[in-house]
Amino acid sequence: MNRSLRPLLATTAIFLLAYLLAVLQFPGMVSTRVLGNFLTDNAFLGIAAVGMTFVILSGGIDLSVGAVIGFTTVLIAVLVMWLGLHPLAAFAVALIVAAGFGAAMGAAIHYLRVPSFIVTLAGMFLARGAASVLSPDSIGIKHDFYTAVSRSYILLPGGGRLTVIGLVMLAVFLFGIVLAHRTRFGSAVYALGGSETSAALMGVPVARTTILIYTLSSTLAGLAGVVFSLYTSAGYSLSALGVELDAIAAVVIGGTLLTGGYGFVAGTFIGVMLQGLVQTYIVFDGTLSSWWTKIVIGALLFMFILLQRLIFTAAPRRKAAPGQRKTLWTA
Amino acid sequence: MTRPTAELRPSSSPPAAPARPVLAFLARPQFLALGVVLLVNWLLFPGFFDITWKDGRLFGSLIDVLNRGAPVAILAIGMTAVIATKGVDLSVGAVMAIAGATAAVMVTSGQPAILAVAVALGVGLLCGLWNGLLVTALEIQPIIATLVLMVAGRGLAQLITEGTIVTFTDPLLIFIGTGSALGLPTPVLLALGLMVLTTLIVRRSALGLLIEAVGVNRSAARFAGISAGVLLVLVYTFAGFCAALSGLIVAGDIRGADANNAGLWLELDAILAVVIGGTSLMGGRFSIPMSVVGAMIIQAMNTGILISGFSPEFNLVVKSGVIILILVLQSPMSASLFQRRIRAVKSEGGQP
Repeated sequence: MNRSLRPLLATTAIFLLAYLLAVLQFPGMVSTRVLGNFLTDNAFLGIAAVGMTFVILSGGIDLSVGAVIGFTTVLIAVLVMWLGLHPLAAFAVALIVAAGFGAAMGAAIHYLRVPSFIVTLAGMFLARGAASVLSPDSIGIKHDFYTAVSRSYILLPGGGRLTVIGLVMLAVFLFGIVLAHRTRFGSAVYALGGSETSAALMGVPVARTTILIYTLSSTLAGLAGVVFSLYTSAGYSLSALGVELDAIAAVVIGGTLLTGGYGFVAGTFIGVMLQGLVQTYIVFDGTLSSWWTKIVIGALLFMFILLQRLIFTAAPRRKAAPGQRKTLWTA
Repeated sequence: MTRPTAELRPSSSPPAAPARPVLAFLARPQFLALGVVLLVNWLLFPGFFDITWKDGRLFGSLIDVLNRGAPVAILAIGMTAVIATKGVDLSVGAVMAIAGATAAVMVTSGQPAILAVAVALGVGLLCGLWNGLLVTALEIQPIIATLVLMVAGRGLAQLITEGTIVTFTDPLLIFIGTGSALGLPTPVLLALGLMVLTTLIVRRSALGLLIEAVGVNRSAARFAGISAGVLLVLVYTFAGFCAALSGLIVAGDIRGADANNAGLWLELDAILAVVIGGTSLMGGRFSIPMSVVGAMIIQAMNTGILISGFSPEFNLVVKSGVIILILVLQSPMSASLFQRRIRAVKSEGGQP
């Protein structure tokens, strides 16, 4: 069996086991209604996590996604409510701005040769700051388009609702899977994550790929912002605070190797669902407080990092240059 | 990091001479930047440099900058050591919350304040030890290893305070946050003391050299006989201690422990202070006093933005501008532009 599939299988097994245990305790959790809400409530996280998967696959990290989501919601609210643009036009503008933002960060990471986390940290400050300069207060969005979108859904058997934003997330995951495993760009991302020097020597266009990766991540964060705006019908500069951490956690729990090079977009989906399961369980239980979510996610994160360590330390020696994995962070 | 080592040498600055005149020390860009920021503040608010003596302590905007900047300065002292080993500690903000929560809950349940402070500092040490063990024993990248505590830490702090903001009236804790001694606020004295002590320990012994050696090349340091693992654990534990001390100050300042907001995003401020101070993110070159100066520059900018009437959120935009400026100045590309001849520029530009 393919060794690199093991973290993915472990994640899937743990998710199924956890779901089974939760269902044994609360039989109500098996309904399509809960599953539909799973998708809707975590849609923005899932979309951002797809972009984060590509960044982590390439050996980098993007700390700006939460801020980009917050900025996008404010920008859309300003465009729709103050300038009277149609939401669809506002979405297009927001996505273009997010894409340009990501491209600038990618260019800075490649050409200035700075660790990605410090560039995206600056990006995070910039996006949050720009959002609060646009409007420090929350702006409610009232538009026919928003009500129409929130009213349209596919009714699943059993009364569950598959909402538009849930569908958007599923579409993004499909897009991500195809992009990662079936395109030249996807191979270049994996190659970069394995070793940037080797990738460059093999003829992978390092500059273009790096810029594209961060453009993709920011565009998807922008899309997550669009979804978040539809979900909450508001724009607020402090919304989606800390989503970057949830997204990183989802990617790691999904079995993607933090040093880059190994991982699956599909695993990230399970990582997002596992986080959703923890939250839903806490809601069902009723006696546990919300802070347990953070502790459990932290514990899961630790467990999966440990698991990766064990699996890849036990991997056959021919597989890897240990020096590559021990790199403290990749630029 | 992917550049050949041969090129790394000339671009890094030469090792500092051990005894340098005070004037040359003060002519460093960080001091110039601090001076410019303070001057702008003075132009915006003419009474900025006024310092008065009232009730046995100094008062004034400058003292306020020192006082407000102290928690970040203390964090930056610990962070400098971590970054010098080519690591980073993202969990310091969460550790601050945990330490503040521990101390607050202990004094409100009737424990003596000394014990509460000791236990809070001990908890900080434990958190740092945990990070250090993840980085060394499990060989996890520092950014991810400390992420675990960053995610879970605030949850733990809320677990300790049971989701409420625990307020207290204990004189010792309030003294740590808002008291004064020798005419200066306690946080300033604590930061100053920690800075002097750490600098002396690091620079008067081989410890600083060993930390730099681990930062430049961990394997090489290990082959040279340095027990890199022990040193790394020590450095992260020290960062945890600094975070706990900072958490006590913040809790004492507001006379309560707020698990959600205590130290929120301060880890980023601390990293920024260290970077402004000239410590290399690639490890191997650090200066603790300059990091403290970096923290003061950040605080002076914060104060300046507040007194000039801009919204505090504007701060974030300015901070990101500063980071971008520093990154451009620190990057090998500008180094080759400024320091080296056309040949160097060509070889740099020739890379894909």
